[in-house]
Amino acid sequence: MKQVLVVLSMLLFLGTAAVAAEQGKQEEQQPKWPGVDETVVGKYAKELGRPPRDPYINTDQGDMLLFLFALAGTGGGFVMGYYWHKIFVAGKKDQDREG
Amino acid sequence: MKNSWKIFPWFALLVLIPATARAMHISEGILPASWCVLWFALSAPFVAWGVWQITRRKQVDPSYIPLIGIFGAAVFVFSCFPIPVPVAGSTAHPAGTGMSAIFLGPAASVVVAFISLLLQALFLAHGGLTTLGGNTFSMGVMGSFSGFGAFLLGRMLKLNLFWCGFLAGVTADLVTYFGTSLEMSLALHGTQPFLSVLGQIFLAFMPTQIPLCLVEGAVTGGILVYVRKHRPDILRKLRVIGEVSQ
Repeated sequence: MKQVLVVLSMLLFLGTAAVAAEQGKQEEQQPKWPGVDETVVGKYAKELGRPPRDPYINTDQGDMLLFLFALAGTGGGFVMGYYWHKIFVAGKKDQDREG
Repeated sequence: MKNSWKIFPWFALLVLIPATARAMHISEGILPASWCVLWFALSAPFVAWGVWQITRRKQVDPSYIPLIGIFGAAVFVFSCFPIPVPVAGSTAHPAGTGMSAIFLGPAASVVVAFISLLLQALFLAHGGLTTLGGNTFSMGVMGSFSGFGAFLLGRMLKLNLFWCGFLAGVTADLVTYFGTSLEMSLALHGTQPFLSVLGQIFLAFMPTQIPLCLVEGAVTGGILVYVRKHRPDILRKLRVIGEVSQ
């Protein structure tokens, strides 16, 4: 059942890529892969009269945001990996020794 | 031991593909001040309850701290991780709160969502400080409690652990986006019928969120199965499974 789910998910993603690419050709002027913050949240907020404004601390300047996302991903990945190792590698060894 | 390392390519993937966030968080300036205050007031008791729960549980069981480390970081990374969805031609992100609610408890999951959203609003131009209460309520409160409720329902229906996690992941994701739609439509519907605006916004999320919630469900279920296989004592301690694991 799990394999069926994985295969179906992959087909869903891959099979529709061609459709999305075709759509992309037709909508060259629109940015590629916009986020739902633009396509849904921003769009409806604008339509309903409350467009989003710049954040108080605007880090969306040049490559600054890319740097911060890289830093956040690295930090988050490190914390996850560190504690994962603590629980599932070192912790498992301890548990096996006790058990 | 060998199998534990299989998870590392996924962590590497998380680290190596950072990109500008495209997400469901409500940005600065969208909600009027009165609604911002209301959502802060509604979220605050849950955050306080979560802080109390974390303090109490880490005193009783020190092994709870590494779990907060893993699932706190996971919620932070997942909720600013834009995943391209070809069927919609756009990107969106999972919430991760269904998974954290199972492992940390729903109230503690609200705290990790709040901290993640605060960091994203401060440093990643993602969400907003004035809308932090609203985003905490949708992703933290609604996502965590609905995901945890779905997980318990799955256990009551005697589904196996993977499908219970799947149900939790799917529900947390969809309810989070429903929460965002609800907050926006309540504040901004104006003279238009509230339900019509709510329906329009929620349905507009669906092309990205239906595929994404299935992925989030599969990841949540997969992690539960992994933990049961390698550290079933954690799930027993959390009372997620009984003495005889299923």
